[in-house]
Amino acid sequence: MAVRDSFGRGSLRHRSPIQRSLRRRLRLLPVVPSILLLALFMLAPVAWSIYASFTNAALSGKAALNPQWVGLDNYARMLTDSAFPLSAWLTVVFVAVSAILGQNALGLVIALLMTRSGGTTASLVGTVVVASWILPEIVAAFAAYAYFSQDGTLNQLLGMIGVQGTNWLYAFPMAAIILANVWRGTAFSMLVYRAALSQVPRDVSEAALMDGARGWQRLAFITLPIIRGSVATNLMLITLQTLAVFTLIWVMTAGGPSNASTTLPVLAYQEAFKLGDIGYGTAIASVLILIGMVFGAVYVRLIRGAKL
Amino acid sequence: MTSLRRAPLPAAKRPTAVAAGRLRVRLAANAALAVIGLCFVLPLAWLILASVDPHAGYETRWPQSPSFANFAAVLTPGLLLQPLVNSFLLSAGTAVVNLAAAVLAAYPLSRYQSRFNKPFLYAILFGTSLPVTAIMVPVYGLFVQLQLLDSMPATIFFMATTTLPMAIWMTKNFMDSVPLELEEAAWMDGASGLATLRRIVVPLMRQGLGVVFIFVFIQAWGNFFVPFILLLSTFKQPAAVSVFSFFGQHGAIAYGELAAFSILYSVPVLILYTVVARGAGSAFALSGAMKG
Repeated sequence: MAVRDSFGRGSLRHRSPIQRSLRRRLRLLPVVPSILLLALFMLAPVAWSIYASFTNAALSGKAALNPQWVGLDNYARMLTDSAFPLSAWLTVVFVAVSAILGQNALGLVIALLMTRSGGTTASLVGTVVVASWILPEIVAAFAAYAYFSQDGTLNQLLGMIGVQGTNWLYAFPMAAIILANVWRGTAFSMLVYRAALSQVPRDVSEAALMDGARGWQRLAFITLPIIRGSVATNLMLITLQTLAVFTLIWVMTAGGPSNASTTLPVLAYQEAFKLGDIGYGTAIASVLILIGMVFGAVYVRLIRGAKL
Repeated sequence: MTSLRRAPLPAAKRPTAVAAGRLRVRLAANAALAVIGLCFVLPLAWLILASVDPHAGYETRWPQSPSFANFAAVLTPGLLLQPLVNSFLLSAGTAVVNLAAAVLAAYPLSRYQSRFNKPFLYAILFGTSLPVTAIMVPVYGLFVQLQLLDSMPATIFFMATTTLPMAIWMTKNFMDSVPLELEEAAWMDGASGLATLRRIVVPLMRQGLGVVFIFVFIQAWGNFFVPFILLLSTFKQPAAVSVFSFFGQHGAIAYGELAAFSILYSVPVLILYTVVARGAGSAFALSGAMKG
């Protein structure tokens, strides 16, 4: 797509090599606004986060005006503070169960079913699944809150089959936020897999059908290997999205009861804004950023191997 | 093994057997999809039914005396209209900043070969994976230091930056599918790169730019956490934040109004998404036709 120099205007007139190299630099000038924005609002916060995590910066009081360097204290506190290990564990559970298992598998199942069904049912179900994803996050969170509350829809359904429900948000907060995140986020995986499955040649699976390959054999040995690139990309992206979920949890349980559903973003928020400990809050945020960077690096490698 | 099993089957019978099998598969798939769809629609059903039920609670039920009283109650300037205007300003501002920066950045990336292109694009891709909720604590700290807290423009620029990597990536892909021939002719006539961009490339890719604009707009409209942290004055807060305060103050009593508020706030993005989903087909066809 890019123009080589022989095409460019430079070749039309004679220019010295210095002028030409200057010209080539100047061409990159339009990228500058983007770089400035990214440097100021993305790189700077990341750098500031890492710096502040080594201080006792606070929201108010003496430490707010004049933060002191405290070295690795904040990071050492993570290991002794009981809230952090619990929170890290809950984050792993949340990501593994709601994204990698829930959204990913359910999205694949829906996409597969759609290729078998087609027609009105498929497009109707597709619309409903996408609707819960396109709704503003806070509205989805209200709907999920109502669904799992004491008088909510879930307990009404259980009541119909004679089971006494409970306040799920209080009794099983992790299960509630995990199911809510599956409901909210499955559309993404569904769309990725629908696009991927539409690329699978029909005669490949048709031939397998003629040979009597059972459904799951076809899936495991034919379809999945063909779409493995999409599977990997999807897993990366939904992991990153789920790692960053805040609003859904904040509205549904606010991390409670007593930290039982406090994932790392919620913990960072609570430490920094509720307890006013910016230093410790940024230390937790820095850990999250680091995890995001590791996943981001793997993601870039994946894309690089697949496309460019 | 499988071929052995297939062998005794009479050749004439096979197509009907396959067809019958396919019908059965189809019915089963439809039934399974319907069950999944039902599970997904239930939480939304509450939202819709409660919004037209003046005596709504958290249970899903058919309203006894359906009315639009809830909508009337929340449709006041202070409660809903001002926040919606704020949401619009934030989202439109974010989308405009995004589009301007992304079009400028995408042009050299798409049109000129440079050693800088690949590393920059990888860095951009890497940027898309940074968890935004994680940088909110440091961003708050940064905004305090720079005295930018509670500033609409600063919030717009920050929100634009969080979606900028994705916008650049998308814009570059759209620009790659705009043919070069017209631009080359303009260059020969002595037009500068930026003039060509403005007069030839941008008009040719306006459908793609529309997709990027709506994509960014929807994200900004639904964003709760960023304005929740960065905007403090009530009269500057977008609907996402004011609906949350409404939930905190009245949520436990006025369920129906909360639902009505939520629906009015959601409708714009649902419409915009439909526009993109409908148009995506034709935009794709357009780029395909040009390439062919």
